[in-house]
Amino acid sequence: MAASRALWACRAASYLRISSFPRAFSTVLKDLKYADTHEWVKVEGDSATIGITDHAQDHLGDVVYVELPEVGASVSQGKNFGAVESVKATSDINAPISGEILQVNDELSEKPGFINGSPYDNGWIIKVKISDPNELNSLMDDDKYRKFCEEEGAKH
Amino acid sequence: MSAGLAGPRGAVRPLMQLVTMSGAPILRQLHLEERLLRCTGDNWCIINDGTAPATIVMGVSGRVSELVEIQPVLRDQVPVIRRFSGGGTVIVDQGTVFVTFICSKNAIAGLQPFPRDIMSWTGQLYEKVFASFGEFHLLENDYAFSHRKFGGNAQSITRNRWVHHTSFLWDYDMKNMDYLKIPKRAPKYRLARNHTDFLCSMKEYMPSRSVFTEGITCALRDHFTVQPMELETAFSDDKEFVPSTKLLSPQDLEAIISSKETHTVHEVQA
Repeated sequence: MAASRALWACRAASYLRISSFPRAFSTVLKDLKYADTHEWVKVEGDSATIGITDHAQDHLGDVVYVELPEVGASVSQGKNFGAVESVKATSDINAPISGEILQVNDELSEKPGFINGSPYDNGWIIKVKISDPNELNSLMDDDKYRKFCEEEGAKH
Repeated sequence: MSAGLAGPRGAVRPLMQLVTMSGAPILRQLHLEERLLRCTGDNWCIINDGTAPATIVMGVSGRVSELVEIQPVLRDQVPVIRRFSGGGTVIVDQGTVFVTFICSKNAIAGLQPFPRDIMSWTGQLYEKVFASFGEFHLLENDYAFSHRKFGGNAQSITRNRWVHHTSFLWDYDMKNMDYLKIPKRAPKYRLARNHTDFLCSMKEYMPSRSVFTEGITCALRDHFTVQPMELETAFSDDKEFVPSTKLLSPQDLEAIISSKETHTVHEVQA
């Protein structure tokens, strides 16, 4: 019911030529950690996989291009390491933790839409060797991140 | 957030530094914008009235082979730039008026730093500028009078700041459009129209460029305390910052004709 109302709203907005705004609630997965810049981290031993959240992809719109870093480069917590392009905008992707890049999801070069369709799975962006596990303590768990997104939306 | 003056209800409006230029090379403008975005915490409005020479400016992911008629561009030595922001391809010249907003993410109350939110806010701002001159619309991220585009937009969003810049067609040389291909990724409202039918000139709707630029300053004052800044102060000599906006070399363009295009370019000194 809510989905069909949302679809109607998007179509009406398109007809009236006004912006259609994102969904009320985005998917937040348990067992991931989250940055306030909307990146997620999945810790796997001494390495971690990083991507952007469903909330982020929903607000960005259709991703048409992903600027990817090189394997072997270092990322620093809070600093940008790549970018996504959507709806006329490039948006920085910021590292939620520091580390050395072990793998880059090269599939995103041909299929940037993975970020929209599968932000926590096929849309992963980099895998890093964690340089400081203590940095994970500054990230949010799923409950805190969900509340963070709700508060951000309420301010709008 | 820089402090400004109190407004009528006592709310403090943030400061916005206004830099006005005329005829500045677009590469220099884009380098300035990247530096102000990445290396300062202030809010800026940059207005550049016209540029020379006529230059093609692509977005960050633009593929030259799909967007540009390379042979005539090489023949006529038209510069081609890949800028740091997203969006499409334009050819700019003396008839183009550039307006750029660079803001911290908290500068405008309630505005989330995402593309559609920022785009919508600018549409409301420019409605105040254009409403008395024509049927103004924000149509699929373009500014249009009725269904004809006169302003193209692009953005770049960082952790705490964003830039929204526009190339406005005060006037344009139709011949220059021959250097551009019709893009594969076009807005629906374009309806496969060629450049002539899709675009319009602002000079057909407004009495002068200065009426336009003064209207922008006036609209900004609803949100900011606008303070003019000397050009020389804005263009500080910061050799540490390396902008990503690049002028493509003739070798880059020739390589694209002869082989598969990549995004690796040779740096050319401006």
